[in-house]
Amino acid sequence: MFEQLYLPSLLGGLLLGLSAAILLVFNGRIVGVSSIVGRLLGGQIAPNIAFVVGLLAGPILYATAYGRPPVVMILASSPLVLASGLLVGVGTRMGSGCTSGHGILGVARLSKRSLAATATFLAAGVTAATVMGLLR
Amino acid sequence: MNWNAFERLVVALLAGAVFGFGLSLSGMINPARIIGFLDIASGQWDPSLMFVLCGAIIVAAPGVMLQRRMAKPILDARFHLPEKTEIDARLLGGSAIFGIGWGLAGFCPGPAISALSTGLTAVALFVCAMAAGMILHDRILTHRSHDLRG
Repeated sequence: MFEQLYLPSLLGGLLLGLSAAILLVFNGRIVGVSSIVGRLLGGQIAPNIAFVVGLLAGPILYATAYGRPPVVMILASSPLVLASGLLVGVGTRMGSGCTSGHGILGVARLSKRSLAATATFLAAGVTAATVMGLLR
Repeated sequence: MNWNAFERLVVALLAGAVFGFGLSLSGMINPARIIGFLDIASGQWDPSLMFVLCGAIIVAAPGVMLQRRMAKPILDARFHLPEKTEIDARLLGGSAIFGIGWGLAGFCPGPAISALSTGLTAVALFVCAMAAGMILHDRILTHRSHDLRG
């Protein structure tokens, strides 16, 4: 169990932290995917587009290294996926961050705002997913 | 473009690739795994997301400690860090809206964009809706709230 599920999770997590540390120390920026995408949509192309290209290349590099693509399984119906995307888009911009910016770097910086945001979206996520699970 | 700006572009590309690889390796790219973590009444709770977050913070924290000893980042004239410190209604309300969306389908922005490269239609649908939500917020909702505040 540990080697199959938890060890890859831990190693993958270490890489997320490494990415955050690299971007912070070299470019002086927060790894915040919602902010990066928001700036991109607002017309600030470089260097945000480079990060997004890298993000897209990640699963391809994984597939090359392991001989199989990462599993991506979406249980939600299309209308639910649409609603979910809209909420995530509005919510991350209103709350100035998501799982990466607040959840990883904000928590690592012990930012009070990020700790409050992370506790809030974790609680809301647990509530939504659990209610959806009970309705299924 | 000067040399430093080019180097920043390369670092951003590298950081994005490491992040995308990490999302794939950790299983966080898979919405079914996220739901398995967030749905606590399923009877088969999957705690692996805790390992992902802990792993990430174990490495990000020394990065932050290093950053605090530096006057400026290696490739830029200054750090670009959030300056706000107060916990306001927008932060909490936005995070709650985001969390509900996250819990409905199991996608947050990083994994969703990264998973676009799998070519699944549902992923593209999610990313389009997310982009629409961001534009809706940045161009319409914020302007209206500024108007309300006068």
